[in-house]
Amino acid sequence: MIITVASGKGGTGKTTVAVNMALSLENVQLLDCDVEEPNSHILLQPTITETKPVCTKFPVISEDLCDYCRKCSKFCAYNALFVAPKTVMVFPQLCHSCGGCVLVCPNNAITEKERQIGVIKKGEGKGVEIVYGEIDVGEAMAVPLIRAVKNEMKDDKNVIIDAPPGTACSLVASVHKTDFCILVTEPTPFGLHDLKITVQVLKNLGVPMGVIVNCAGLGDRKVYEYCEKENIPLLMEIPFSKRIAELYSRGVPFVTQMPEWKEKFQKMWDTLQRGM
Amino acid sequence: MERKVSENVGYTTEGNVMVKKITVLSGKGGTGKTSLTASFAVLTQHAVLTDCDVDAPDLHMLLKPEILETQEFKASRVAVIDQDTCVQCGKCEENCRFGAIEKQVVDPILCEGCGVCAYICPVATIELEKRVSGYAYISKTKYGPMSHALLNPGEENSGKLVALVRQNAKKVAEKDNCELIVNDGPPGIGCPVIASLGGVDMGLIVTEPTLSGIHDMERALGLLNHFKIPALVCVNKYDINEENTSRIVEFCESNGVEVVGKIPFDPIVTEAMVAGKPIVEYAPKSNVSKAIEELWERTLEQIVT
Repeated sequence: MIITVASGKGGTGKTTVAVNMALSLENVQLLDCDVEEPNSHILLQPTITETKPVCTKFPVISEDLCDYCRKCSKFCAYNALFVAPKTVMVFPQLCHSCGGCVLVCPNNAITEKERQIGVIKKGEGKGVEIVYGEIDVGEAMAVPLIRAVKNEMKDDKNVIIDAPPGTACSLVASVHKTDFCILVTEPTPFGLHDLKITVQVLKNLGVPMGVIVNCAGLGDRKVYEYCEKENIPLLMEIPFSKRIAELYSRGVPFVTQMPEWKEKFQKMWDTLQRGM
Repeated sequence: MERKVSENVGYTTEGNVMVKKITVLSGKGGTGKTSLTASFAVLTQHAVLTDCDVDAPDLHMLLKPEILETQEFKASRVAVIDQDTCVQCGKCEENCRFGAIEKQVVDPILCEGCGVCAYICPVATIELEKRVSGYAYISKTKYGPMSHALLNPGEENSGKLVALVRQNAKKVAEKDNCELIVNDGPPGIGCPVIASLGGVDMGLIVTEPTLSGIHDMERALGLLNHFKIPALVCVNKYDINEENTSRIVEFCESNGVEVVGKIPFDPIVTEAMVAGKPIVEYAPKSNVSKAIEELWERTLEQIVT
């Protein structure tokens, strides 16, 4: 089973849920797809066994062959090429590596080179196998790195994906082709507002979902009313607790100190698996 | 000729208003960017507020904008194959780098609208359809003008929509003679964050004293440094772990970054959010509000100098 943990709003507890759930189950592979700000490894403290670069392609122009016809810059949907009367400028960070410019160039003046946009790290911590991506600072495009992390997925594992915040392409790339999505929210107006957008994304994708309310006790009851109205199952409530917050601040997963929670996560997982 | 037009921010040189711009960012989500930005709106007269978190925007829930102008945002395209005229040669599938075509059917989720399939198709049966991927809004609030947007769920191009929000803000600032633009940034350090930082005078990082908060702040500082944007840091909920707060302060000091404020944890911030009000308006006498006022004053001093 592949389960993605997502939220819309940031800081609602995705990583807390993903890591504590991972530590409550057997045979788990955790994929941290928040490649801009990965945090799962801070809680798992894995020993890294492999680091590999993730690269994307970008065009290189041979000025000898180029006649500045502008076919490439006209074709490029991402404005990654600019053709001036006597020179061509390439903006690798805007390039989506579609290869279109190479195809349209009538003079074969364009070839492609690879450049690094980040790395993937693999390892094991506290008995959990982890893979996470780390985008290089200053790089804009997270999706190729997210796909690279997901390529490491193992079929024989219980896979948990820790998704990035937001409701745009990074979320879609993370949750695409997963069996179920756990939405972690907080019972506040911000939490609810962003939850609603995320629910829409999942409905469009056809991914079944359930909600975990974190910091329960704060805020108001509107998240609960919304879930009931929309028939979205409430999977779990994690109360607002200074102890949990304090443990998190030190990078300690709370199930290691409050083992009664392991059972709750196991039960939730079993229920979800039976529902598949 | 240089003329100062305000006590706090903004100058005119040769008649042109120089609009100062600051972006509130964090790296890690949920550290309090929006609650702070809304308070800055209350504390600052005549600033343009923007919400650069276009896929999960929340600032409007505190500032309650009245929308004056709505713009369609059409940036993305998606390939559509006419099945009636398709000869099933498979060239499109072969050349698509995004794996978006399988058996002559386009997966609109994976399609990035590059146009390679339409170019390669020998019978010209593939069209690229423009789609509305969101809306941009120019609004007024009781605290000043606001520029914001909403990306359709799951869409791409959030960076381009952020750029549009910022263009709109610039226009409004020039028209209304505003001297400051305050951008509420998205979480992360990728595409939309980079778009929220272009040409700003200052980045204010809101962090929290957790190991994740510190890790993400360091990456956000790296990003500001990469684009040579001056950085300031404030620590939200600093008393949740004072040892970590000291680590943040030490880290910033040793890297020449000023910590402009520390805000205590108080559930009243959530109460204000539930009430739909900026905290400095909801509970002006609270310790949280006092801390925010002080840190905003120090931030403004830094922007001017």
